[in-house]
Amino acid sequence: MSILGKLSLESIPYHEPILVVTFSVVVALVLAIAFLVIRYNKLGVLWNDWLTSVDHKRLGVMYIVLALVMLIRGFSDAIMMRLQLALATNGDPGYLPPHHYDQIFTAHGTIMIIFMAMPFMIGLMNIVLPLQIGARDVAFPFLNNLSFWLTAGGAILINISLFVGEFAKTGWVAYPPLAGLKFSPDVGVDYYIWALQISGIGTTLTAVNFLATVFKMRAPGMKLMDMPIFTWTCTWANILIAASFPILTAVLAMLTLDRYLDFHFFTISGGGNPMMYINLFWAWGHPEVYILVLPAFGVFSEVLSTFTGKRLFGHKSMIYASGAIAVLGFIVWLHHFFTMGSSANVNAFFGMATMVIAVPTGLKLFNWIFTIYRGRLRITVPVLWSLGFMVTFTIGGMTGVLLAVPGADYVLHNSLFLIAHFHNTIIGGAVFGYLAGFAYWFPKAMGFHLNVKLGKAAFWCWLIGFFLAFMPLYVLGFLGMTRRLNHTNNPEWNIWLYIALVGAFVILAGIVFQLLQLYVSFRDRAQNLDTTGDPWNGHTLEWSTASPPQYYNFAETPVVSDIDAFTDMKEKGEAYVRKDSYAPIHMPKNTSSGIAIAGCITVMGFALIWHIWWLAALGLFGAFVSLIVRVYTTDVDYYVQPDEVARIENEHLDNVAKG
Amino acid sequence: MSTTHMNTHSAHDEHHDHEPAPYNVFGFWLYLMTDCLLFASVFATYAVLFMNTAGGVSGKDIFELDFVLVETAALLISSITYGFALLCAHNKNKGGTLAWLLVTFAMGVVFISMEIYEFHHLIVAGHGPQTSAFLTAFFTLVGTHGLHVTAGLIWMFIMMVEVAKTGLGGRTITRLSCLSLFWHFLDVIWICVFTVVYLMGKV
Repeated sequence: MSILGKLSLESIPYHEPILVVTFSVVVALVLAIAFLVIRYNKLGVLWNDWLTSVDHKRLGVMYIVLALVMLIRGFSDAIMMRLQLALATNGDPGYLPPHHYDQIFTAHGTIMIIFMAMPFMIGLMNIVLPLQIGARDVAFPFLNNLSFWLTAGGAILINISLFVGEFAKTGWVAYPPLAGLKFSPDVGVDYYIWALQISGIGTTLTAVNFLATVFKMRAPGMKLMDMPIFTWTCTWANILIAASFPILTAVLAMLTLDRYLDFHFFTISGGGNPMMYINLFWAWGHPEVYILVLPAFGVFSEVLSTFTGKRLFGHKSMIYASGAIAVLGFIVWLHHFFTMGSSANVNAFFGMATMVIAVPTGLKLFNWIFTIYRGRLRITVPVLWSLGFMVTFTIGGMTGVLLAVPGADYVLHNSLFLIAHFHNTIIGGAVFGYLAGFAYWFPKAMGFHLNVKLGKAAFWCWLIGFFLAFMPLYVLGFLGMTRRLNHTNNPEWNIWLYIALVGAFVILAGIVFQLLQLYVSFRDRAQNLDTTGDPWNGHTLEWSTASPPQYYNFAETPVVSDIDAFTDMKEKGEAYVRKDSYAPIHMPKNTSSGIAIAGCITVMGFALIWHIWWLAALGLFGAFVSLIVRVYTTDVDYYVQPDEVARIENEHLDNVAKG
Repeated sequence: MSTTHMNTHSAHDEHHDHEPAPYNVFGFWLYLMTDCLLFASVFATYAVLFMNTAGGVSGKDIFELDFVLVETAALLISSITYGFALLCAHNKNKGGTLAWLLVTFAMGVVFISMEIYEFHHLIVAGHGPQTSAFLTAFFTLVGTHGLHVTAGLIWMFIMMVEVAKTGLGGRTITRLSCLSLFWHFLDVIWICVFTVVYLMGKV
């Protein structure tokens, strides 16, 4: 074996025009960004204030940037698939050969869940959660930075697979024996394994970090049951992450051992059991969908309560309902494979457990409706997303209950009905929630407002596009079309495939409006500054800070005596009170250790994918050395002096008074 | 806001600024819970696969309980000696801490050497992890624990250097406490391994 392992010039797919064009565009974009950064002399700012930052708000912004970039990547995959399926009818092979098409649907699923939805959710949580509980930062700021870079490392690996080698052709679940060495001898599955493994460890550390934060760093007076609802739903999601991501780590490690060392966990020969993989995978995978959607539920709760000007209806029942969903989410995994052939009783148990989840979810829906009831709902962009969600998600929930009937599932398993169902819940639930949160907290994070017209245009395109793209898939599922088909030959299906393609283009318009909105809002930011820090008349503590928040969050730790802590302070006249003196604030210093450690781990991942053993060892060693260097660095913190705090606070209070 | 409130704030801040230790230990507990779930997954896999011997050996044929008992004793004793090390550390007894850490380290090395010997012995005898699903699961479960112990030994070595060089400051005590949790946790896991794999495998 050569010094570069399996890597050679033939691994570069330069004979594939689509990939070469994509590659050129990506390189051009990277060069353009690099040029702009250097042209405007922002390299120092980028490195010192962002990439090495341990500030939860900046890490949150970086997570969301990552999510948006990966959204574009994942959506490109989606529209390519829809185009292929609209072209490859009546026996036409279309323009994507199976080996390429299979990589695209695998990449689409993996990217959208692991590298779009997760970073988006974690990004919102990073920006908002510590502010909502009145904390200066998370419990472990450096670990937070490391988690981000591990996630980014995984994302980098999955993108390298576009141009060096190939990605998995197994579907995003990578079931063995297909994902085993015998049927997937190439590097695709290895890219999948290491991208997920590295980012998954980052996610686990994030959960540990934020759990320690909510349990140990709440502002005085804030009891657990008084935490804002978004913080609570994120906490349930973090509990789910801490409990389920280790299972993913384990199952990926087992698949790794099967592929690298010829072990027999999931092989057909040697007594292995492929169904064990599927069980373990979904013991992570099902909680994962609640990890995605619970924080979105939290966003809707915040948005609807803020924009009706009322307290959230049933704050406590919302917390319990989220908890019920989190617990039930752990005992339903088998509904992903009713057709495995467990006994009728086993299937019945998991079917019923699944249906029961509709109860706490329905309770939430009624809570939202009662929050709106007799309120004066301001129809803003976040509210549009929330209302769109309530309609769309209800449909997705109902098809979910239908799929939970084992008998019906035997008919619909692996059909496009299933595809329609989970896109209905993940787009209509999670993504709409993140976009609502994006519009809601954008002024807080960035200090200026988003353009409303473009925001509304984006919402309507997304909503209409969603229905056009996915309702036909329900029909196609009933008509018997299964998932992951490369081309079809059934005239009855054609019309629905065409409508779905139109829907995909309407969603594309939604994404374009979203990006345009970002550009226009940034261009006109001087006219749209949020000077007060409280643009929506918010209820919770994040709105008591400036926009963007002071880097130390709170000059003095707030004392909380109500669920809607900031509303309470405004009513009592305790908000915006000028202080005579401030105490010094203890802050962590930025550090490049996170980049160093995660960078070495990413190099190790790449080397393992290509069997470049010396480089893998070097990467691991580099990570170890970087860790030790970090651990024995004593210069990790500093104090913000009282006069500096007073200057920043007074500037903010002056702005508030002017506004 | 009233002055009394302001005073409680600064007292509160003071507490946070100079004693990060409670967070660290609590955070480490949370990490251990995730690690526990990792082991749970590997245990579950072992439980599913241990009868799949593919016509080869089963636990009954290859486990030597006397040997594993000595191994187990070494690890369990190392937990007690780690406890002594931590007691010394809390009493600011640097020499005692180092001595007990050294004893713990030695016990850990005995444990891990015996495990490597057992693995080597099995592989040479033709019972490597590639032989059957049972052996795959066995090597992975025991090996995952072994990897953790190895990581713990490296950590312990680093801590001995730290204690020797910098003494027993607050930060060092926190780290020793985390390592202590880790070390006892591995003991608990090993008791499960010993019971589920070796004792029940021999029945």
